[in-house]
This record gives sequence, C-alpha cells and structure tokens, in this order.
Amino acid sequence: MIAEAGLAALWLAAAMALFQLALGALALGRGRQSLGSAMVPVTLVQAALVSIAMACLIAVFARSDMSVLLVASSSNPAMPMLYKVAGSWGNHEGSMLLWVTILGIAGATIALFESKLRADTKLATLAAQGAIALGFYAFLLFSSNPFARLTDMVEPQGLNPLLQDPGLAFHPPTLYAGYVGMSAAFSFAVGALVTRNVGSDFAGAMRPWILGAWIFLTVGITAGSYWAYYTLGWGGWWFWDPVENASLMPWLAATALLHSVTVLATRDGLRAWTVMLAVLAFSMSMVGTFLVRSGILTSVHSFAVDPRRGIFILALLAIYIGGALALFAARIGTVTEGNRFDMVSREAALVVNNLILTVILVVVMAGTLYPLILEATTGAKISVGAPYFNSVAGPLALILLVLLAAGPLLRWRADLPKLVVERMAPALFAGAAALLLLAIFGGRIGVLPLLGLVVAALVAVASLAPLWKRNLKRTPLFTYGMVLAHLGCAVSIAGMACDAAFTRENMVSMAANDTREVGPFAVTLLGVRERPGPNYQALEAVLSVSRNGGAPFPMMPQLHQFSDPQMTTNEAAIDTFIDGQLYLTLGEDSDGTHFLLRMWWKPFITLIWIGGALIAAGGGLSLLGRVRRDVWNNRWPWQKAGGRKADPAPEGAA
Amino acid sequence: MKALSAALLLLIAVPVTAQAQDYAEVSLADPAKEAQAVALMDSIRCVVCQGQPISGSNADLAGDMRRMIRERIAAGESPEQVRTWLVSKYGDWVTFKPEVKSETMPLWLLPLLALTGGGWLVARRLKGRKA
Amino acid sequence: MTRKLILWLPFALIALLFLAFFAGLMRPDDHVIASQMVGKPLPEFVAGPAMPGQPGAATADFSDGKPRLLNVFASWCVPCVQEIPMLLRLRAKGAEIDGIAIHDSSAELEKFLAANGNPYTRIGLDEGGKAQMAFGSAGVPETFVVDGTGKILYQHIGVVTEEDMPKLLAMLGVKP
Repeated sequence: MIAEAGLAALWLAAAMALFQLALGALALGRGRQSLGSAMVPVTLVQAALVSIAMACLIAVFARSDMSVLLVASSSNPAMPMLYKVAGSWGNHEGSMLLWVTILGIAGATIALFESKLRADTKLATLAAQGAIALGFYAFLLFSSNPFARLTDMVEPQGLNPLLQDPGLAFHPPTLYAGYVGMSAAFSFAVGALVTRNVGSDFAGAMRPWILGAWIFLTVGITAGSYWAYYTLGWGGWWFWDPVENASLMPWLAATALLHSVTVLATRDGLRAWTVMLAVLAFSMSMVGTFLVRSGILTSVHSFAVDPRRGIFILALLAIYIGGALALFAARIGTVTEGNRFDMVSREAALVVNNLILTVILVVVMAGTLYPLILEATTGAKISVGAPYFNSVAGPLALILLVLLAAGPLLRWRADLPKLVVERMAPALFAGAAALLLLAIFGGRIGVLPLLGLVVAALVAVASLAPLWKRNLKRTPLFTYGMVLAHLGCAVSIAGMACDAAFTRENMVSMAANDTREVGPFAVTLLGVRERPGPNYQALEAVLSVSRNGGAPFPMMPQLHQFSDPQMTTNEAAIDTFIDGQLYLTLGEDSDGTHFLLRMWWKPFITLIWIGGALIAAGGGLSLLGRVRRDVWNNRWPWQKAGGRKADPAPEGAA
Repeated sequence: MKALSAALLLLIAVPVTAQAQDYAEVSLADPAKEAQAVALMDSIRCVVCQGQPISGSNADLAGDMRRMIRERIAAGESPEQVRTWLVSKYGDWVTFKPEVKSETMPLWLLPLLALTGGGWLVARRLKGRKA
Repeated sequence: MTRKLILWLPFALIALLFLAFFAGLMRPDDHVIASQMVGKPLPEFVAGPAMPGQPGAATADFSDGKPRLLNVFASWCVPCVQEIPMLLRLRAKGAEIDGIAIHDSSAELEKFLAANGNPYTRIGLDEGGKAQMAFGSAGVPETFVVDGTGKILYQHIGVVTEEDMPKLLAMLGVKP
C-alpha cells in the first residue's frame, strides 16, 4: 500500500508542476495577472506531495518490502538500518526521486521567502522551476518508476559493498542539493530573461541560492574525496575519474558564477555573462547527472546503467539547456551591457578569475568528453587521466590562485598597480620565504608541488590581508566568509602539494613478528585473525606501530569479504597525526604465513579536506551575512532605499 | 621419478605470490625506482576493471602489470619505454597520459581556444572605456 | 553582427555536445580492449607445461607451417566452460588448438579438463600473466588465430559460439 500511495503522490506532484507551468504561461503570456496569486500555494503543494512520495520510498526500504522491485533488486534485509534507508537513494530510481524532492523543496523555499524580486520575475522563476520538475516527473513515471512492484523474479543484488558506508547516507543528498540549488539559479536566470529584468535586484535574489548550492557542492566534493580515499584503500584522494569530473564541472561553473554575480550585484556589470554562467552551471550539473546516470562513461564509481534512460535524460537536457540558451541568444540582445571597467580593478580581477575558471572547466570537459567524442566518430579508444589534467589544469589553477591573492586587495572601478604591489608585499614575502625554505630543506620535489606550496604560502597570507588595519567588529560577516574561503583554498592546495611532494609508500609482504618501515614509522605484524561482520567476513591484521622508536600503538586494517554481491573491499586503518596520516591496508593475496600490507605515510594530507571544509564554512559565513543583512533591510523598510547603496563596506568576492 | 616430477609440478603450481618478493604487491628496494614505477602505475589503466589505474586495482591482470613494471624498471628500463611497450600491446586506451598527436590535439587546442577567445572578449570590454 | 553570432555560439556548442552524447548512447562502449598484436608475429613467450603428459607452449611451436588457434583460458573462468564443446568440435574437424592457462594451477586444470573435455594439443601455464600481456590479451576467454608462419591473423574476444565457427575454420584453412 505504501508503494501505491507513493506513486499516487508522485503523479499528483507532477500534475502540480504542470499547473505551475500553465499558471506562469497564462499570467505572463496572456496577462491574466490574477492567476499569478495561485502560484505560491501550488508550488507548496507540489513540494509537499513529492516529499510524501520520497517518504514512502524510504518507508518501503526501511521495512524491506521485497514485493517492490527496487527494494528486491537493491536492498537486503540483513543490512543495518542506516544502509537500508540510505539504500533508497543508492540506486538510479531512488536518486532521481531524491533529486526532484529537493527540487520541490527548493521551489517552496523560493515561493515562501523570496521577497526582493519583482513579482513577475518571481512568477516566471517559479514557472521555470515547475517546468524543470515536470521533466523529471515524466522521467520517473514513464521510465524509472521507483514504486514498481515485483512481477518476475529478480536476482537480489544487495547494495554494492563499496556503497555500504555512512558516506552514502550523506554524499548523494549533498551533491543533489548543490545541483538543485543550481537549478534555482537557472530558474532565476530564465525568469529574468523572460521578464527582461537582468539587473542587480535579480543578482541579489539569485546570490544566496548560488552561494547555498556552491556550499553543498563544495561539501559534497570534499566529503566524496575523503570517502573515496578511505574506502577504495589505495591512498588516492582524487582520480580524475569521469564521475568525479562530473561533480567538479558544476563546481567550477558555480565558483565562476559566484564571483560574477558579485560584480552584477555590486557594480551592475557582467549582465549577459552572469546569465550565461547561471545557465552553464545548471547545464553542468545536469550533464554531470546525465554522465553518471546514462553509463555513457566508464567509471570506478559506476552504478547500474541503461542506455534508454540515457536517451530520455538527454532529451530533457536538450529541451532545458537548448531552450535556455536559445532564450538567452534571443533575449540578451535587449539587455544593455552594464558598466565597463578598468584594467586594474577588482572587476577586472573577477573577470579574469571567471576566464580562468572557465578555461579549467573546458580542460575538465575536454578531458572527460573528448575520448567519448573520438570513439563515437572514429572508433579510436584513448584514455585521459591524471597526467593530462594535472599538467594542463594545474598551472592554470596556480595562476588563478595568484590572482585570488591579489583580487580582494584591489579596489572597485580602478586602482593603481603600485599600491597593489604595496598591499601584496607581505604575501609576496611569504611566498619567497616558502621558496627559500623548500629549496634548503625540501629535498627533491616536482615543479608543480613546489609551485603549489609557494603559492599556498602566498595566498594564505594574502587571504588575511583584507582584514588588515580594519575595524574587525564592523567588518561585515561576508567579508570574513571570503577571507575564510580563500584561506581554505591555500590550505587545500598546500595539502595537495604536500601529498604529491612528501608521501612515503612501502608495499610489503610480512610474516608474524616482521617489522617494516614507512616514513618515520616502524610497523610490526603481530598476527592476523578472522572476525565476522554483520553481512561480511573480515580478515583483520593486528599491527603494532611506533613512530621514531616511540611508544607503540595498535592499528588494525581489515579485508572485508562480502558474499551478496561477491566482492572484497579494503578497510584501511588510518591514524591521523598533527602532521599527516598513516594509512595501512591489508592486501588480498596471502599464503597463510605471509600477508601483504600497503603502507603510506602522507604528511599534511588532511589539509586537503580541512581546506575544503574551510571553503565551505567561508561560504556559510557569507550566506549568513547576506541573509542577515537582507532580513535586516526588510525589517526596517525605510532604511532599505538608502541603506543598500550607501553601504560603505567594500564588498567581498562572496 | 614420478614423485620427482610431481614435486616439480607442485613448484610450478604454487602461485608466485607466495614468494617473499612478488613485485605485484611489494615495493622495490630502491626508493627512486619505486617512485618511478608507482608514477607509471598510476597512469596505466586497468584493462579488466575499466575505470581504475593498475595501481589501485585488485584484478589479477593489474597485479601482473604491476609486477612487470617493477621488474622492468628494476632492470633499468625507463618508465616511458615500459609505457610504449604496453601501448604496443593494448593500444592508446591503456595509458591515462594521452600521446600528443593529431587525433588528440583537441585536448590541448580546445582550452587554448577558450583562453584566447575569452581573452579577446574580456579585452573588448576593457577597450571601450574612457581613459 | 559579431555580438549576435557570439550569443548563439553557446547554443551551437551545446548542440554539438549533445549530438556527440547521442552518438555515444547509440553506440555504447563495448568494453572491448582489442589487442594491437593482430597482424604482427606472435611475440616471444615460453609457457611451461601445465600438467603431466601434455607439453607446454612457446613461440617456436607456432611456425611449423600449420595455422593454429591459441586459446587464452582459465579453469576458474565460468564462460570458458561454455566454449569447450565448441573447441572440441573445432578439433574434431581438424583444427589445432593450443591453450594458455592464466593464473591457474595443475590440480585445478586437471579437474576442469576432466569435467569438460580437453580440446588442447598443448597447454602452457602462464606465469605471472607474461604471455597474456605479450599477446595484448585483456581477459579470458580469448582466442587468437595464428597462421603457419607464426603471424597473428585474428583475435576473438569472449566465448567462441556457434556463429563464430565458420569464420574460425575458414581462417584455419579447414573445410567445414
């Protein structure tokens, strides 16, 4: 019954989405203004219905209702409850339902809380949200019904063991929240184009959504990277795998958008470009979903795939993105250009930031998609991986970081190069000091990691400079947010460079009581024992580790043998120190007396994710600052007119 | 005689992994050569599992490739020689480092085009400004 | 005019991208990594005997003027079981088939062949996948056609089925 109720809720939600689209078309196209007032309630009802559908799906998974096809094929009553619940979005149908649920909730949030936007633009925005949702409802109902009942016997598969991890409970919802946030930005852009209202008001309304989506994407990518790092068991944290690239592409576009929308909101410049980027960022998140879902690319993280669904999603994408770009091309001509800017100014820095981010996006896209295009056209198979991305995107990223150091120190409109260099002096000094230290103590390290560390030092100091000589109490929250996010970039890059430059690795075959070394650690194998798990058999190595001859401590990497489906996974033992992580995994082959151990000492690698967390936290502070100021301004409307324009604080990039 | 041949066979049959130095899973003693080998392994695609480099795959053939790479590097071959050998067997697909040739040019041309095109657009926005 | 063209550029690019996606979907990746050794002489390899009473295989065995099949298989490989009857039929028609067993052991092989039949003239035990890599073989089962001069004519990836029989027989110069 629950499944049928869910399906009914899904159909009704689809009807509401259609209703939203129709209301928008009638109110704006036919001038029936009065119809517009129904938009908000309809949007809310749609959100409620789709949430009910999602709740029903979670319920059938939690109860392990094996008469539902999806549950029978992708869940297992023996799994722990958390994975059962998370399993409801660990598969294709469920993840699409989750997507559209978050979309519905986002629509409701716009309907309830967006008050700055012109009424007709808001109406058009909600209609666009309805149109996007409608496509996904059609997709769910016609080609991937999550509530279908079991008709034939299916081979029960269980959830892929690699996905049986708390990470699954949080990772996809986070990324989807980010993607959906981009869809809100897209809807705003479409609404602004339809109602010819591309200006700073629109930018101000769109900005919190971009910021929110960007925070989710940042958290999703950071957490996903850490998840892959500890579950795959090979010590890598980024593989330039198509699925990872699919999540990186929208992040790059969103980062560019975040910066360009600031120019639009503050200086009323970059109008067309910002609208373009909003469309691009959404396109990238959709293309990402498409790439992952259609199985068009092979990946480590692949889910089950079905080409027919691919065609369906592709058709949807073609309608949305093609439609939006056609609308853009047709309408943007009527949007005036907005303010121009000087070569040395904060606007110029932000424009160059956008240019470089876009070029990096092109690099990631080319590397991910070109093999596909080449194979489709000539049949030739090539692989593009880390060596290409690192060597092409790496230098671009370093240039971007240097710009990041300078950007916030530039004034809006125009600035003097001499003064900029003066403001940059401490940062340049820090970079030079880092270079000197590395030359003396760093040993032999590659060019890219070396430059990475130097630039990280430079950016770390420069990112704090906007707070220099300022009244810290009167500095707005979003400036702190920017400082924190930029500092996070420096921290993250430092971690990546340290990993590339200083990692020590030792792969060994050990018998009991053997001792092997990795970096400053001596690892002794005490023994190996079997341990039963809830739905797997584990082999556990008991190791005694000592650092530089200090007091020994135990570490216990495991090997998990799953039977349903048959698969072996590594459960790494990871110990975190103030200056890095020791990462040990137990290998598969053994002859009963000798065991294979892979050992890595990764100095400062944690900085990668700490940096990611700082970036997201910076975004959070900015969002809080923006929202608080908006609420503040709304509470005292008489301050609103003068308050915004007279704001003396030079705004941060975020 | 029979017992002897049986013993010999047993020797053959015992998996190579049982020996102490199976380079599929065990590092080379020389850290510089090991670093070269690992860098190469990170950029060779596992032909069985599709999406992973052989350095991060549990597939048997990936292990065989790691062993072959470590043995060849230990014997003095350069990583690029080994890569070329693998490409001569499995084609361009096996390497994550695309060779620069006419087929793969767009990988570098597209970003370059984006950079120059974008640069041109930005310059246009600057020029119109009064001094 | 230029502005107008620039504005339609994103649309054009996305349209192109989607065309490529469409082409990719229509022609899904076959996940087949073909050997680059087809058309080239069989590489040097020596695979010792896998079991008593049956010789191992080496490159030298493949230039005696007689075309042969070189079957890459393993006792642990499930699909390999399916193709043994086909190989037995090929052998009955006069085809010479040599086997290379990958990651295998004598005991397992003997069990496998006793249960399914033995179509092989020689069986070499491939140590550490050396021969497999030399052939550019990416998995099991795979079947190479090697002509009388020791040149690889053809690579068949996957199980040999009924439909593949005439083609293989023709390449071996055996009348069906």
